[in-house]
Amino acid sequence: MSSLAITTVDLARLQFATTSLYHFLFVPLTLGLAPLVAIMQTLWYRGGDEAWLRLARFFGTLMLINFAIGVATGLVQEFQFGMNWSIYSEFVGDVFGAPLAIEGLAAFMLESTFLGLWIFGWDRLSKRVHLATIWLFALGSWASAFFIIAANSWMQRPVGSTVTDGRAELTNVWELFSNRFGIWAYIHVLLVGLTTAAVVIFGVACWHLVRGRNQELFRHAAKLALIVGVPISAVNLGVGSQMGVVVTDYQPMKIASTEAQWDTCQPCSFSLFQIGGFTEDDQTPSFSIQIPHLLSILATLSWDGEVQGMNELQAADQSQYGAGDYIPPTRTTYWSMRIMAYAGTLVFLVFALGGFLYWRGRLASARWFLWLGVAAIPLPYLAALAGWVLSEVGRQPWIVWGLLKTADANSPSVSTATIATSLGTFVVLYAALLVVDVVLMRKYARVDPPEVGGDGDEFALPAVTY
Amino acid sequence: MDLETFWFCLIAVVWAMYFLLEGFDFGVGMLLPFVPRNDAERGMTMRTIGPVWDGNEVWLVVAGGATFAAFPAWYATMFSGFYLALLLILFFLIVRVVSFEWRSKSETPRWRSTWTWANTIGSFGASLLWGIGLSCLVYGVPINSDGDFTGDLLDLFSPYSVFAGIAVVALFAFHGATFLTLRTAGELRARAEGAARKLAIPAAVLGSVYLVWTVAVAIDRNDKDVFPPALPAALGIVALALAIVFIYAGRSGRAFTMTALGTISLVATLFVSLYPRVMVSSTGFENSLTVDGAASSHYALQVMTVVALIFVPIVLLYQGWTYYVFRKRLGGDSPGAGPVETGPASGPV
Repeated sequence: MSSLAITTVDLARLQFATTSLYHFLFVPLTLGLAPLVAIMQTLWYRGGDEAWLRLARFFGTLMLINFAIGVATGLVQEFQFGMNWSIYSEFVGDVFGAPLAIEGLAAFMLESTFLGLWIFGWDRLSKRVHLATIWLFALGSWASAFFIIAANSWMQRPVGSTVTDGRAELTNVWELFSNRFGIWAYIHVLLVGLTTAAVVIFGVACWHLVRGRNQELFRHAAKLALIVGVPISAVNLGVGSQMGVVVTDYQPMKIASTEAQWDTCQPCSFSLFQIGGFTEDDQTPSFSIQIPHLLSILATLSWDGEVQGMNELQAADQSQYGAGDYIPPTRTTYWSMRIMAYAGTLVFLVFALGGFLYWRGRLASARWFLWLGVAAIPLPYLAALAGWVLSEVGRQPWIVWGLLKTADANSPSVSTATIATSLGTFVVLYAALLVVDVVLMRKYARVDPPEVGGDGDEFALPAVTY
Repeated sequence: MDLETFWFCLIAVVWAMYFLLEGFDFGVGMLLPFVPRNDAERGMTMRTIGPVWDGNEVWLVVAGGATFAAFPAWYATMFSGFYLALLLILFFLIVRVVSFEWRSKSETPRWRSTWTWANTIGSFGASLLWGIGLSCLVYGVPINSDGDFTGDLLDLFSPYSVFAGIAVVALFAFHGATFLTLRTAGELRARAEGAARKLAIPAAVLGSVYLVWTVAVAIDRNDKDVFPPALPAALGIVALALAIVFIYAGRSGRAFTMTALGTISLVATLFVSLYPRVMVSSTGFENSLTVDGAASSHYALQVMTVVALIFVPIVLLYQGWTYYVFRKRLGGDSPGAGPVETGPASGPV
């Protein structure tokens, strides 16, 4: 009986991980492209340079293809808390439901309605009002991310609430929305979005430049991507690092697991790479590369800061919460953090090099680098997915930190067969959608942006392509 | 009115908005293979809802979110209990959402026809299952004393709920047809009007029988009196009857108003029949979930009330404005040509 129950939770987790990570393949690009397309259109509106209008339409088309699948998979997110996690839903609804409902009413509604106005409004609205619609779409997408991150951050660090009669109840909505964990996570997600969009714009621009097509136009695009990408990807490394400090304050077990730190250390060195040392039975790595003091600096911002180890934290958790295993899957947290950090650093290096070449006027002629720019497109996606794996797996065994365990949160009325059916359905459906999406994105990323009012212009107007 | 009841009413309003707006989107989707004659007309038909379908679908997201926030126990039991039905709905909705964006992205007839049918089947399936699912709330499903659903997918199917699904499909198809008569011009409009005429009597009859049956179910299975559920039901029957009259009289604006009113009355009848419960238990009536028992804390409801009072009017304003912006009729004598203005068109809502 208990092994059956474990299987149900495992399947429910697998489904949540699959559908959420898949959904997040599409979220960052929308978050980043929305303001960047708005900036392109604004540059055209203010300066009259039609190159920016052509680029706004070109990247707007990619944004739409991406957004459609984001909307479709977002619906699943809204429903599956109740479907697979009914005990969780009943426990948290009073607190967690509020940001979700506000997201729908105040943010997603704005986003969806004004996107419709932007796509179809080119010939119905004045230039100024039409420009406002893309900015309101961008505002909606950023507001949407705020409420979703606020909800997730409450699961990481429950604030503004109290547990009464076996359920969490909201006591202060301002505390919920000013959660220190949430503010930093929100900034991080926005910067991830902007970085992703900059990498995609840059990669597409590099492809056109290396092919010798639409040179003038895509030099504009590459320049914008660099202006955004160089500083944002650098700042994001700092903000990501600051997330580590925040996590150390509220989720010491998560940081200990992320660093495979079994015993409390002071000062602590940072493990760049290691073999072994990921389980309670095998706590010492057989091989590792360490940088002295770096973990102390990253986690506590001081040269000799102390980082608690998993053994000490496990003992403390057992005396506070009772018997049980409070250590997250350490191999997963360790590597997901490193994949995220290394991929993020590579993105910055590509941008830094690109910025240097652009400054020396050699960007368009450095073919090897243009191909590197194209090849860099998967990097921000890899970093973003690894980041979510770190954040969510690192929270285990809790679903709400310190309040409710994942193993106690699933739907009692839903059988393994039912979840297996739905998981299978989503895997097949999502795989098919991904194939079509990638094909369409490739196709539209390779199109020559038509001249405004020229022969192919009808094609560039998303409005008339239905 | 206490806050719990206010939120029950607000969720009813959100569902009514969803049925009213996505109802005609679904209807247009179901008519897509039949009313337009060629690919250009089919694109034009899709464009009548192109700017608005996405915003309309968000009312469903709001319904889900609002139920989660205001009635966590209702959300938990309904969504875990209706699991496979919701999975199917999600499947239909996802296929339909991507069909909008992807249909135009290749010119081959096979690609076009695939995504046309994806939209049609998605619209049909989602309408059918929403009709079945929502009517199960008042008809009752097995719920134990812990408030957990104890049945399976088959428990959602009864003669009443299946009839409800068919009635909703018919009503949405009719509603979509009256919408098309308002948003199109020329030959396309004439064919939309023909479809509306064909659908009017079956949809009105099915809808009316469903409304009467719902009142009977409320009396029989949910301990309600004839009043007040009979009031919105009567309003719905009158609206549907007038819709027939107006469509045959060629008054498409008024016909659309009446199918809209009929759709709203259907949701109103369901929720009035449900109150003060939110989910009836068929295995032990005392296990039914109630508005008071399933609600969030007073503070959470207060916060959500402030948010709703600020944002619902704002949303209605800008969505209303969207319909005003896109009030021009599509189509005309030369298929494939741009939008043609043909006289004043009254925008929906």
